[in-house]
Amino acid sequence: MLEGFTILADRLVFQGLGLAPESALGQAAHFFVEDGAKIFFLLAVIVFVIGFFRSLMTPEQARRIIGGRSRWRGYVLAVLFGAVTPFCSCSSVPLFIGFLEAGIPLGVTMAFLITSPMVNEVAMVILISTMGWKIALAYLATGMLVGLIGGIAFSSRRLKGCVEEYVWKIRMGATATLAVDHSLKGRLGYAASQVREIVGRIWLYVLLGVGVGAGLHGFVPTAFFAAHAAADNPFAVPIAVLVGIPLYSNATGVIPIGEALLAKGVPIGTVLALMMSVAAISLPEMIILRRVIKPTLIALFTGYLFVAFVAVGYLFNWAFGG
Amino acid sequence: MKTFQVLGSGCRNCDTTAKRIAEQAQRCQVPVTVEKVTDMAAILGFGVLSTPGVVLDGKVVHAGGVPTAEQVTQWLTGG
Repeated sequence: MLEGFTILADRLVFQGLGLAPESALGQAAHFFVEDGAKIFFLLAVIVFVIGFFRSLMTPEQARRIIGGRSRWRGYVLAVLFGAVTPFCSCSSVPLFIGFLEAGIPLGVTMAFLITSPMVNEVAMVILISTMGWKIALAYLATGMLVGLIGGIAFSSRRLKGCVEEYVWKIRMGATATLAVDHSLKGRLGYAASQVREIVGRIWLYVLLGVGVGAGLHGFVPTAFFAAHAAADNPFAVPIAVLVGIPLYSNATGVIPIGEALLAKGVPIGTVLALMMSVAAISLPEMIILRRVIKPTLIALFTGYLFVAFVAVGYLFNWAFGG
Repeated sequence: MKTFQVLGSGCRNCDTTAKRIAEQAQRCQVPVTVEKVTDMAAILGFGVLSTPGVVLDGKVVHAGGVPTAEQVTQWLTGG
């Protein structure tokens, strides 16, 4: 079914625009059309289906379910729900406070905060269709593992002092329950509004990601990556992570970049490390989080993610390399 | 007179939500007041975690995204 997008790109770029398939511009344009069309199509379809069945987990529901569980169950649930709850980074502050207010430990809250932006079902489907299920599975498993270990690492009682005092004083009202229209018309309307909402929020990042991917695909020679980003270069992984940390995109937007790099022969570990560091944390996110946690904890949080993603990179390069 | 409160930490989606309510109110000629609530304690006091949220006359009617024009019209014209 997805071959249709290759045919579409062939027709449009090679026949319509008359670009030569071997030329750099032709290659880039083909990548841009094929991946752009495919990702937006999948994005809309998946969000619509999820919206129709109203199975999109809200942070409010996650808070209710994780709250009141034992610490260990809390970690596992936080990581699992983090993986199925897409939330806007502008919601991370209320989310953070709401979780702590429900008595959810700091470590469990951090586990959720780490996993949620990195892994979600929409990105998973797109990942499977562009890079194959093995890489998708590796991304899913390591994303959740990084969240789990991070949560445990941040569970120390002493770190509680790194949360701004006012956070502990906030009392949350009863979780708002919204009227839900279960009729077919209501479901269709809701699904359509979810598509508008999510596509409207991330289209720019997806387009940017596809653009960068296309540029890499068409204009950067494979030899460049072989020389600078091969598995035998020990600096490639940490540099990829350092580049990715301040950048803001979302998990879907970073997929075409990973796809292009992988096709250019960049090792899988390096690609995963870059994708995760772009999706997981960014400078804007740190500035937002500064409102609830002190700089020490932000530094520790960023430092942990750096170490974790570098470890992921080395591990996969070692396991799948040569 | 309907009173709307838009809950949000001041991100773009919250501005869009407040603007949309004001526009639709003008279109439907319903007198409204639209107030932005950016205080985190107040937002959580309404039981909302995902912003933007919308409160109509003290009751939460929406959370976690920009409401559609149809939804806003429904709030303006309904009961």
